[in-house]
Amino acid sequence: MEPGLYHILFISAALFFVGVYGFFTRRNLITMLMSIELILNSVNLNFIAFNKYLWPQKMDGLFFTIFIIAIAAAEAAVAIAIIINLYRSHQSIDVANAEELKY
Amino acid sequence: MNGATIIFYLLAALTLVSGLLSVSTRQIFRAAIYLLFSLIGIAGLYFWLDYQFIAAVQIVVYVGGIVVLIIFSIFLTQQAGEKLAKQKIGRKIFSALAAFCGFALTMVQVYQHTFYESPGEFVPVSVFNIGKKMLGVTVEGYALPFEIISMLLLAAMIGCIVIAMRSKPETM
Repeated sequence: MEPGLYHILFISAALFFVGVYGFFTRRNLITMLMSIELILNSVNLNFIAFNKYLWPQKMDGLFFTIFIIAIAAAEAAVAIAIIINLYRSHQSIDVANAEELKY
Repeated sequence: MNGATIIFYLLAALTLVSGLLSVSTRQIFRAAIYLLFSLIGIAGLYFWLDYQFIAAVQIVVYVGGIVVLIIFSIFLTQQAGEKLAKQKIGRKIFSALAAFCGFALTMVQVYQHTFYESPGEFVPVSVFNIGKKMLGVTVEGYALPFEIISMLLLAAMIGCIVIAMRSKPETM
């Protein structure tokens, strides 16, 4: 069977929910960040697939993907700075130990 | 079944299997390496779709940037050879159930929906066209989001430095 839009949507949905599963089960901040990266990548794949198969005369999906990649890079950098700072003060990056932000 | 189809399925399997291993392995360094392979699989899918520029950006930014950043932060925050704590089996089962139900719901919706291709002339996705639109100031240009993203990256960079800076010891 020739792969088309539905195949790519299947892969992207599966990757999204793999990321959601990781986000639910992990209790370590770095692995949660990895799950977020998987989720963002699945969204990018979706945008590219829609752009290729449904709107080939425009490039809106492509630009959305470029901007999402840029935002994801900024987000990862800030998150890792926060994680390293948290490790310095708490000697642990488990979410259970990081509850001081609540108050 | 021709070569392109086989390559598509191989890339899909690489992406999904390494993504699944990345969220389920208990050794954090291996999780980062599996994430690397998953991102490479997605870059391969972009190549398969003929979006070479996005594939190159994916490899440069994700594989070369974010994963290296994650590996460095693992080195900085993790004791060597230490495994992640085991999760409760109940939480695992309910998470898997929730994820699977969401996936099934999404796929049912997708397969019931018919997508229509919008008519119009095909525009080749060349770097020339991308650059012309990216910095275009006409109705179809993306110069304003480009500038906003550059401001966001600057703010994130300064924020990272401020957050991660070691506070000065009290001199008094």
